[in-house]
Amino acid sequence: MLNYLFRRLLLGLAQLLGLVIVVFLILQAVPGDPVRIMLGERVPAEYVETVRERLGLNEPMLTQLWTYLTRIVTGDLGESVTFGQSIQTLVASRMEPSAYLITYGLLLAVIFGGVLGVFAAVRSGTVADFTLRILATALLAMPAFWVGLVLALIFGIAWGLFPVSGYQPGLVGAFRTLTLPAIAIALSLVAVVLRTLRSSMKRVLDSEYIEAARARGYSENRVLARHALRNAVTPTISIVAVVVGFLIGGTAVIEQVFSIPGLGSLLVQAVERRDYPVVQAIALLAGTVVIVAGLVADLLQAALDPRVRNAIRNG
Amino acid sequence: MAEIKFRSRLGGTWSTETKVGASIVGVVVLAALVGPILSPWEPNAPDVLGSLEPPSFAHWMGTDSVGRDVLTRTLVGTQISLLAGVLVTIATVVIGTIIGSLVAYAGGWVDAFLSRVVDTAIAIPFIVVVLATVVILGVGTFSVGVGMVVVGWAVYARLARAEVLSLREHEFIMATKSLGYSPARILFRHVIPNVIRPSLTFATMDVVAAMVVLAAMSYLGFGTQPPVADLGSIIAGGQPFLLSAWWISTLPALVLIALGVGVGMIDDGFSTGSKAKR
Repeated sequence: MLNYLFRRLLLGLAQLLGLVIVVFLILQAVPGDPVRIMLGERVPAEYVETVRERLGLNEPMLTQLWTYLTRIVTGDLGESVTFGQSIQTLVASRMEPSAYLITYGLLLAVIFGGVLGVFAAVRSGTVADFTLRILATALLAMPAFWVGLVLALIFGIAWGLFPVSGYQPGLVGAFRTLTLPAIAIALSLVAVVLRTLRSSMKRVLDSEYIEAARARGYSENRVLARHALRNAVTPTISIVAVVVGFLIGGTAVIEQVFSIPGLGSLLVQAVERRDYPVVQAIALLAGTVVIVAGLVADLLQAALDPRVRNAIRNG
Repeated sequence: MAEIKFRSRLGGTWSTETKVGASIVGVVVLAALVGPILSPWEPNAPDVLGSLEPPSFAHWMGTDSVGRDVLTRTLVGTQISLLAGVLVTIATVVIGTIIGSLVAYAGGWVDAFLSRVVDTAIAIPFIVVVLATVVILGVGTFSVGVGMVVVGWAVYARLARAEVLSLREHEFIMATKSLGYSPARILFRHVIPNVIRPSLTFATMDVVAAMVVLAAMSYLGFGTQPPVADLGSIIAGGQPFLLSAWWISTLPALVLIALGVGVGMIDDGFSTGSKAKR
């Protein structure tokens, strides 16, 4: 187990290093002079040169990569040219709404996807199961921003239950302002969790040990909760990390729909302004969150599932 | 064994679910292909005097804020979205499968190194990659498409790698080696055709996913550029008029949903069908 833990951590570190290199290459891949594109045509050449110097762009590429790496490790993200602020302050000021939104969306996706997935598997083959499955594929194909617009229209404007734009800090404010956006990004992920859990639960329910448990005369609820669900949940854990990745993607769009001043809308603004260092910083942050989520999911899976544990010990 | 299973999956009888799904997809695709030819309206020609008209006999789905026929625009938009979705998926599957097969075939440090690259590529959230590509290449359908290929290949590389590793031990691959075929011939004529099939079943849903991502990017203003519009740009264009002119955003969203449900039903029908046969 310790050996696995060590190997898995090492993989996580390798992924982080890869992420930093990829993010570093964003700036290098820009055709032409990124500083010129960032500042626009009307800025004098001397100023462009100063900024180039300040960003270290005149150094050889490997030196730049090394400086970038050491800066990242010390937590220095640099300065945004177009926002006129240090990127740390900028990112920190936008962190709260996005963090709440992602957590909220994750909870919704896991709870509703989980309950409905088990329900669909238990009622497999019935009309309810079929309806849920069709509904799930429909949800997958609905663009989150359109769902957001419809939700805002019904619950925000027509019924006046929730505000349709902006963000209020604090738990109560976050609940009021983030409920509709969280539903909008969670819906398609409910479908993902539902489909995964349904198929793994169905496989478990068809297995012999479930039949054995039933033959022993255990109540159906006990069979489901104690025997089936425990075995079906572990494969689903690994997709939660994927879900986190999608949630981060979803926030960029949905924050725009509901005018939430979070990291997603900052990313969109940074792309619009061609502010490469800010795009890099957010890419780094988002990638790190997903890598850590994947790490946690794998370790959790190993801790919960004796089969995975044994496979690790023997392999 | 794997051979036989897949042949029966693609050639065998279709379940009702698959048939219904295929009909839905067929109708939408046909409408998108033929509709714009039959329509008397130009998809991108504004008519300011006839703006925001509700559905009528002349404009079946009404007009948008500058008087363009919503139905015609949606059908042309469906063409663009579908084409982009299909091209992106094909590029993703082909590139991913080739890299994955090469890596598995090469083995050794190449395999170890590229497997880590795949792990990293999968870890980066797709929107970040797509937006980074947009930042590098500039806005437009093409940049978004390239971005999606950059995100997507890794999954297929991983699939192909696993397939090749198990395939390598099969007798017919061993036979090609003893026949003295060149590695390139073995790889492209014998390995990849066998590896790509499982990926294809996986890829159908990806077409819809790619369409949805492109729609989101166009909504943000980074995808398809006006006056040309994909489904996402039409939905975005209707956003300010959701209360007064619901018809602008509704139809393109329904097209996306119909395609998603159709493809999903084809998918599910195939997977339950093949299970029943086993």
